Amino acid sequence: MKMVFSRKQLGIPYALFLILFVVAPLFVIIYYAFTNGSGQFTISNLTDFFTNPNTLGTLCYSFVLAFTTTCVCLLIAYPVAYILARSEWKAKSIILMIFITPMWINFTLRITALKEILTLFEKNLAYFPFLNSVIGMSYDFLPFMILPLYTTLTKLDQSLIEASCDLGAGPVQSFLRVTLPLSTPGIISGVSMVFLPAMTNYVVLDMLYNSTYIMGSLIGSYFSAYDWNNGSMIALVLLAIICIFTFFGNNADEDSQARGGAML
Amino acid sequence: MKKRFGSQIFISLILLIMYAPILILAVYSFTDSTNIGAIRNFSLDNYVTLFTTPELADMIGGSLLLALGSSVLATIFGTVGAIGFFYSKKRTQSVFSAINQIPVVNADVVTGFSICILLVIVFGMSKDTYLPLIIGHTVLSAPFVYLSVIPKLKQMDPSLYEAALDLGAKPGYALWKVVLPQIASGIVSGFALAVTLSLDDYFIATYTKPATFDTISTYVVNATKGSQTEIKTALWALSTIIFVLVLLFAIIMNLLSNREVKEEAGERLA
Repeated sequence: MKMVFSRKQLGIPYALFLILFVVAPLFVIIYYAFTNGSGQFTISNLTDFFTNPNTLGTLCYSFVLAFTTTCVCLLIAYPVAYILARSEWKAKSIILMIFITPMWINFTLRITALKEILTLFEKNLAYFPFLNSVIGMSYDFLPFMILPLYTTLTKLDQSLIEASCDLGAGPVQSFLRVTLPLSTPGIISGVSMVFLPAMTNYVVLDMLYNSTYIMGSLIGSYFSAYDWNNGSMIALVLLAIICIFTFFGNNADEDSQARGGAML
Repeated sequence: MKKRFGSQIFISLILLIMYAPILILAVYSFTDSTNIGAIRNFSLDNYVTLFTTPELADMIGGSLLLALGSSVLATIFGTVGAIGFFYSKKRTQSVFSAINQIPVVNADVVTGFSICILLVIVFGMSKDTYLPLIIGHTVLSAPFVYLSVIPKLKQMDPSLYEAALDLGAKPGYALWKVVLPQIASGIVSGFALAVTLSLDDYFIATYTKPATFDTISTYVVNATKGSQTEIKTALWALSTIIFVLVLLFAIIMNLLSNREVKEEAGERLA
């Protein structure tokens, strides 16, 4: 019997690839998170995570750091995206390109450059760890916030804003009641592009002042201590946070490619 | 008028802040100073060191090879997968599109860590075979290739493929000659994206790479913590070169897309 070719069959290699290297690792993480070193089922990794002041402190610190970074990025990126989207400059697309270009430069090299500049002003970066973390992460992640905001704001129907002005809303009111709510998808996808990396990208802090105290670094330190079980538990907690984000940002799906989507 | 002037200043200021570190570093890469701020003499030493130190050349060559290799794999998997899933049942497509989304939204630390646990701890694969590293980078970028090919398939006229079959083309030939050219721009941008993702990655590499191998990212992180000033300043030169290359690439992309827009407009007029 001759096999009948169908285009569906082309999906098989990638399906196997995804199951083997994307789905299977997640199950392995779950397995390790709920077993101890000798392979017996336990929930002590979970209870340890929520009773150990060290891990809890790290979780809180990461949240505060990620929240601050996200706010800073949003406060800078929103006006930038808003001005660019509303402007009638001819070079608009080129200016956007200039804002996005740093995404393509290796981030460790960009942080090296930032470190040299900050050192010039502060002498020792370890004196202001929180401030420098926020500066470093905002510097690194700003383009990821600008892109989805710009995409949403350019798609926005101008006549709605005109309508709100005609109906007697002032510029502030029509911004708050029309523009801002309509740009929520962009805000959500921008926030998820910045918040999660800010909780996990410990290399930025490590490079700036040789110390890390966020969720990502916990995985790193358990990994170097050969403690796969507790490391997996941290990864699982991060996954749970990611799931919550994806759940709330479901409609922003298309923009989540923004990680490098400027080229698409 | 006043308002527009204000927004121009704001935009310029943010751009200045974003680019100042890279530009200042670029200027200092042409001097013999070891710290920013000290005014010293013009020198090309950093560039000489960059191109003559075997360790640095290995690291750059290795990163490029890894980026190209994993991107070719990711492009093949992502493109063929996109074609396959696109013509599968709706349910199959939505399930695998959801799985495809996992590495996209997941934190790179978690992706790297979980792949390392599966391949190295569970399967007992040796990191020295480079397989975990190549697989890791393919997992990182294939989903993005998939995401950039799918919209092109949606845009394509479905009757083209049927017409090719009716005219006597074999399915494989029709895919190669009819479908592939239609989605080529998506494949190319997916590939470019894969290369940048691989070159930018730190986390997946750090969990899956052989101990003796370094990518640009892992090397730079170690070098900034180390005390070798010669290596440190040679990396300024590397940063400058990459900056110039990225800038050139951005300009070319912009020119090309402008031409495309103009051509499309011209076609519509004609």
